[in-house]
Amino acid sequence: MTGALSIRNVGKVYDPDGARVIALDDVSLEIAAGELCVVVGPSGCGKTTLLNCIAGFDTVSAGEISIDGALLAAPGRQLAPGADRMVVFQAGALFPWKTVLWNITCGPVLSRRLTRPDAEARARALLSRVGLAGIEAQYPAELSVGMKRRVEIIRALINDPTVLLLDEPFRALDALTKSVMHEALLELYDLSRKTIFFITHDLEEAIFLADRVAVMTTRPGRVKKIITVDLPRPRNYRLLATPRYGELKQEALEAIHEEALKAFVAGERELA
Amino acid sequence: MFREWFNRAPAFGLSLFTPVYYEHIAYSVYRAYTAFLLAVLLGVPIGLLMGWRQRVYRYTFPLLEMLRPIPPLAWVPLAILMLPGIEPPVIYVTFIAAFFATVLNTLLGVLTIDRSYFRAAECLGFSPRNVLLHVVVPGALPFIFTGLQIAMGLSWFALVAGEMIAGRRGLGYMIFDAYNMAQIPTIIMGMLTLGLLGYLSSALVRRLGRALMAWRSL
Amino acid sequence: MAQPLRPLARRLGQLARSAAVWQGLAGIALFLALWQIGTWLRLPMLRHVPAPLDVLVQFATVVQSRQYWLSWYVSGQRVFLGYAIGVLLGVPLGLAMGMSRIFHGVSFPLVEVLRPIPPLAWVPLSILFWPTMEQTIVSIIFLGAFFTVVLNVLGGVEAIDVSYQRAALSMGARPWHLFWRIVLPATAPSIFTGMAVGMGLTWEIVVAAEMIASIQAGLGFMMWQAYVGGNIALIIVSMASIGLAGLLSSTLIWALGRRLTPWLRRT
Repeated sequence: MTGALSIRNVGKVYDPDGARVIALDDVSLEIAAGELCVVVGPSGCGKTTLLNCIAGFDTVSAGEISIDGALLAAPGRQLAPGADRMVVFQAGALFPWKTVLWNITCGPVLSRRLTRPDAEARARALLSRVGLAGIEAQYPAELSVGMKRRVEIIRALINDPTVLLLDEPFRALDALTKSVMHEALLELYDLSRKTIFFITHDLEEAIFLADRVAVMTTRPGRVKKIITVDLPRPRNYRLLATPRYGELKQEALEAIHEEALKAFVAGERELA
Repeated sequence: MFREWFNRAPAFGLSLFTPVYYEHIAYSVYRAYTAFLLAVLLGVPIGLLMGWRQRVYRYTFPLLEMLRPIPPLAWVPLAILMLPGIEPPVIYVTFIAAFFATVLNTLLGVLTIDRSYFRAAECLGFSPRNVLLHVVVPGALPFIFTGLQIAMGLSWFALVAGEMIAGRRGLGYMIFDAYNMAQIPTIIMGMLTLGLLGYLSSALVRRLGRALMAWRSL
Repeated sequence: MAQPLRPLARRLGQLARSAAVWQGLAGIALFLALWQIGTWLRLPMLRHVPAPLDVLVQFATVVQSRQYWLSWYVSGQRVFLGYAIGVLLGVPLGLAMGMSRIFHGVSFPLVEVLRPIPPLAWVPLSILFWPTMEQTIVSIIFLGAFFTVVLNVLGGVEAIDVSYQRAALSMGARPWHLFWRIVLPATAPSIFTGMAVGMGLTWEIVVAAEMIASIQAGLGFMMWQAYVGGNIALIIVSMASIGLAGLLSSTLIWALGRRLTPWLRRT
């Protein structure tokens, strides 16, 4: 199985108008192939910056990132973004001027990895899998936010990425829709077993989804603590009431609350 | 005035029933639309390129900003000297007005496209041609059409001025001629016709825009 | 004495090192070069057009003449007058149309019918109406600025978020407060946009008016004289001067607008 993500001593410095801002400072994280790893932290801790470096939208100032041993990013070197590291964006990036079907199939079809009929068949199958059968001809404006997110996740998955990167995809959703989305995501995860790199500020979401949770400090970002979530898969919402979940949450809360307070006092804003 | 406009045998020779009236309209429309189309065919691609590629922008924007403040009308003498005949200078002056508005709005349209769409396209492996076709153009389309409506209005504006100065037929000329002969009803007739044509043209562009951007009104 | 110079010197140094500035200059230089070469090659289109250098010489000459600066003054005066009246009448009208449904219903159809008529189409009628030529020109300029401002202001009022009004009312604001503290500041950006666009339009109108109507002074007139007299370099100098005038006034409006709306500045 492929998709082992190795992040070693990564540092990132921004220099807007001469004010040196250290977004990331010596971040190290080893993610096994097929693992669902969630990075959690307060606003401005650099988690989006880290995701951007993995995805190829940004460069690293220090350290290394590699996938399955192949170097991905290092100071002065950066692999361009590609289908091997598909991203699901925070505010959603479905092309509003194209139908759902086009959005999903454009990656494989335009890169000639699949023929149009094949891609469309696969798209329809995935859509019904998450309860969205029949919306292929609609435009994103006609869909609810939850539906759009599911479509975007499918768009990412159909490109057969090595690692799936999700940038706080459920941030704009209300709590009820969020829990349904979690189950949809886990269903797709169980199907494909792709390595997932998921960032969020929502602690409960992190523990519910993850194999391991990495808690980051406020700027400059560092990995403060890694919590292994040993809850059984497949997971469902009933787990939220179990004592083990409560213990894990307590552990994570202690680590993150201090950071959240620091971020609040410092008035941190997201950089990336 | 209305008595003139709807009169079969108008006192000053121009009404809804005289062919000369439609001749003037035809000339004005021909000039306005030719200039407008030229401005679109040149302006939109240039604007797209400038918005998309920062390199192109850096080389061309300062030049553009130096030429833009020169009022279209100020080009008339030079245009008469540089271009042969009567029609080309008038069309050129109108073109200039529409061109700058189109380029600017198209440029702005590309710049307002959310960065996430470009990034998504990168992940999806779009070639530059695909990015242009499926992200840049559709994304800038709303602004492009706003620009086209403005350009259409400016076209008529510049056209009238051009015709008054250098034309021999057309609504602007008609108005000016009527003024020289103190035929007030004709003047007003011309003005209202212009207003109507201008309004209809903008509405046409608006309609076209709405059709091409069906996904917006959902 | 050295103190105020150092930040300026640093800024110039920054500009000198900026790639964008050099690329911009390169673009302009290329344009001038092509023009120069075109005249040397006697291209059909450029047969009557002087070379850039000739234009520069003409500019140096004319800048020293009093007539030139007088033209600036005369045109500027017309622009200022027509524009000021246009803004002083247009802003209140736009605000009124945006705030009162009744007023909007009454005036909007009239405005929409008159607006598409190009300002210059009003010239003959204006000449017949106003006793002096000056008044005619000013009235045309007024029309151009007026409609632009009204449109922008109206759009600005209509775009105000209802939440602001509700918040103010729930805090006990009276209609007078509502207007001065909410509507006016919220519409301010649109007012200034309308003013800036109107200003650009105004210069176009003044040039056209000066070329068409029988006036004896102004930048447009100067250009027309140059054309009639066959001094093409002067035509180009006039064009550039008019363009500069338009640019300066628009920039002034933009700067004023930014000054008066500090809350719009982004870090």
